[in-house]
Amino acid sequence: MKHLLIIALILWMSPAYAGTQKAYPTGASTLRTALSNAREGDTILVMPGEHSGSGYDITKRITIIGMKGAVVDGHSSGGTIFLVNADGVAFRTLTIRNVAVSYVDDHAAIKVLNRVGTDIDGCRIENGFFAIYLSKSANCRVANNTIIGAMRDESNSGNGIHAWTCRNILVTGNTITGHRDGIYFEFMRQGTVLNNHSEQNARYGLHFMFSDSCSYHNNVFASNGAGVAVMFSHVVEMIGNTFRNNWGPTSYGLLLKEIKEGHLKDNHFERNSIAIHAEGAGHFLIEGNTFIRNGYGLRILGGCEEITVVRNTFDGNTFDVTTNSRESFNTFSGNYWSSYEGYDLDHDGVGDVPHHPVRLYSQLVEQMPSSVILLHTAFITMLDLAERIIPTVTPDLLVDNKPLMKPRAQQQ
Amino acid sequence: MKTTALLLKYVVRDVMRSRWLALYLIFFAAVTEGLLYFTGGEAKTVVGLMNVVLLLIPLAAAVFGTLHVHHNRDFVELMLTQPVSRSAIYFALYLGVSLPFLIAFVVGIGVPAAIHGVVFNPPILTLLAAGSALTMVFFAIAYLIGVVVQDKAAAMGVAFISWLSFAVLYDGLILALTVIFADYPLEKATIAMVVLNPIDLARIIVMLTFDYAALMGYTGAVFQEFFGAATGIIISSSSLIVWTLLPVFIGRRAFGRKDW
Repeated sequence: MKHLLIIALILWMSPAYAGTQKAYPTGASTLRTALSNAREGDTILVMPGEHSGSGYDITKRITIIGMKGAVVDGHSSGGTIFLVNADGVAFRTLTIRNVAVSYVDDHAAIKVLNRVGTDIDGCRIENGFFAIYLSKSANCRVANNTIIGAMRDESNSGNGIHAWTCRNILVTGNTITGHRDGIYFEFMRQGTVLNNHSEQNARYGLHFMFSDSCSYHNNVFASNGAGVAVMFSHVVEMIGNTFRNNWGPTSYGLLLKEIKEGHLKDNHFERNSIAIHAEGAGHFLIEGNTFIRNGYGLRILGGCEEITVVRNTFDGNTFDVTTNSRESFNTFSGNYWSSYEGYDLDHDGVGDVPHHPVRLYSQLVEQMPSSVILLHTAFITMLDLAERIIPTVTPDLLVDNKPLMKPRAQQQ
Repeated sequence: MKTTALLLKYVVRDVMRSRWLALYLIFFAAVTEGLLYFTGGEAKTVVGLMNVVLLLIPLAAAVFGTLHVHHNRDFVELMLTQPVSRSAIYFALYLGVSLPFLIAFVVGIGVPAAIHGVVFNPPILTLLAAGSALTMVFFAIAYLIGVVVQDKAAAMGVAFISWLSFAVLYDGLILALTVIFADYPLEKATIAMVVLNPIDLARIIVMLTFDYAALMGYTGAVFQEFFGAATGIIISSSSLIVWTLLPVFIGRRAFGRKDW
């Protein structure tokens, strides 16, 4: 019997079938045996049904393909489900669910340690504590995955796509909800984040720190607990992203903290309590963005310098720009302000009177938050008017000398 | 009741002939139409309209309410010689002047809003309700002033000062208190101060329907919670009702005792 089995196995793995293994939920050829029998360059087909268990070690360069109806279920016990310990491993259309929660270890659906060339495409990860966890890895691609967390609170959940000390990672076309941070980068170099949807995560839709030379294009970050926070990074490019409905007393559309040399272009900020909160940011070009119906449009605190704000549209924000400083080392020019009250005699589309976007009242609210209750009162309007005529408190250097009369045509 | 209704009919007919009432209606219609026509966003329209409503309704009520008492002196004296109760005369006069202005306000804003198809938007509906409440409150206060203060010019002065206090000075007081007590948690105190002033109350109620972007941070959350909950709604509507009924009944007493 034993011999027969071995012969069958040898036949099955004979050249005619070279490179392809099938893993069944039950029987002799389970996922675990398939993984240990696989040779370099093999493909494992995960057949329909529920494959239980966790701790699947991948030690060879293989491709794992989930067939329709195949699920790898960790049953919320054990540890990480797939641990990638080889270069060039690929996951395709695999469904993985129920990763154990731990307060000691970062368990994940797919965890990659110290490897290059991991490629995760079209997978579906449900209730992963961490879903995809890359550590000290390079040249990886995470694309077109659907990642749905369990909507636990901040301290009981992990990140959707987590990358720590990685290089050249491409994250594209993923949908991430219900995690702590949708996408989390720390010590990343050359990360590229394109066309992802990160919504309804407990903390940040996107969170990165110490991650230089990264770019973020055409993503949607919506309804996350605290919006998007990016900190302590250099050379950041964010183009064409949408920041929407990040609403709440401690929520931001985009929090820029200690960010140097960034380029924010053609992003769309709508209905965030604070669209951009900049603290210690510098050498930033903010151009062509739209700020619509936010509480605060741009909140630039004292430590920011050489931020250039040009050709943006500020429409219907309660406060377009606020600051806590009387000084301003930033440049504003050629923006459209819906609160602009000037005129354009020569009809060149540029207002003849400079616009001071910071109101006295916004300074007041910065210092005494409870005075927000006096918004839209005649008294405050009079105070603002008096301040506009003779500025005493608001920064007179924070001025747009070429305010547009009409918003630029929308890019999207 | 029947006499009140009968008298009311005459008072309303008289007020309806007033050119000021027509002007009032046309003004609101023009402002609403202009804002809806020229500003794109709906929130912007309501903010603009709200600012007009919050200033103009109390002012118009203060002026026309006070004047109405004095202009109808002959009518009152004539009526008092008849077997008609003083209450009936007083309520007929108060309702007779406030209701036409209320209707003028609702029609003035409602018709252009209906033409633009936004009349059933919650912010507009709330604004209409808040403006109606303010009309009743400030005509009640104006009538009280008109009855109590004998001299017409003095009555106008008192009415104007009361308008200024409610519309502007009160907010200055709130701001001053906020600055002075900046180190203390002021949320409950500011809620109390807002509830006590009908204009501020109307403003907050309208703002919470659309511009709650405005009310942010901790204070915003506290306000949202208070005015969103049943208790807050009951307390704020009782405040408006008390602000209407109290001046009406004090005015009615003064009217009853007054030696014409």
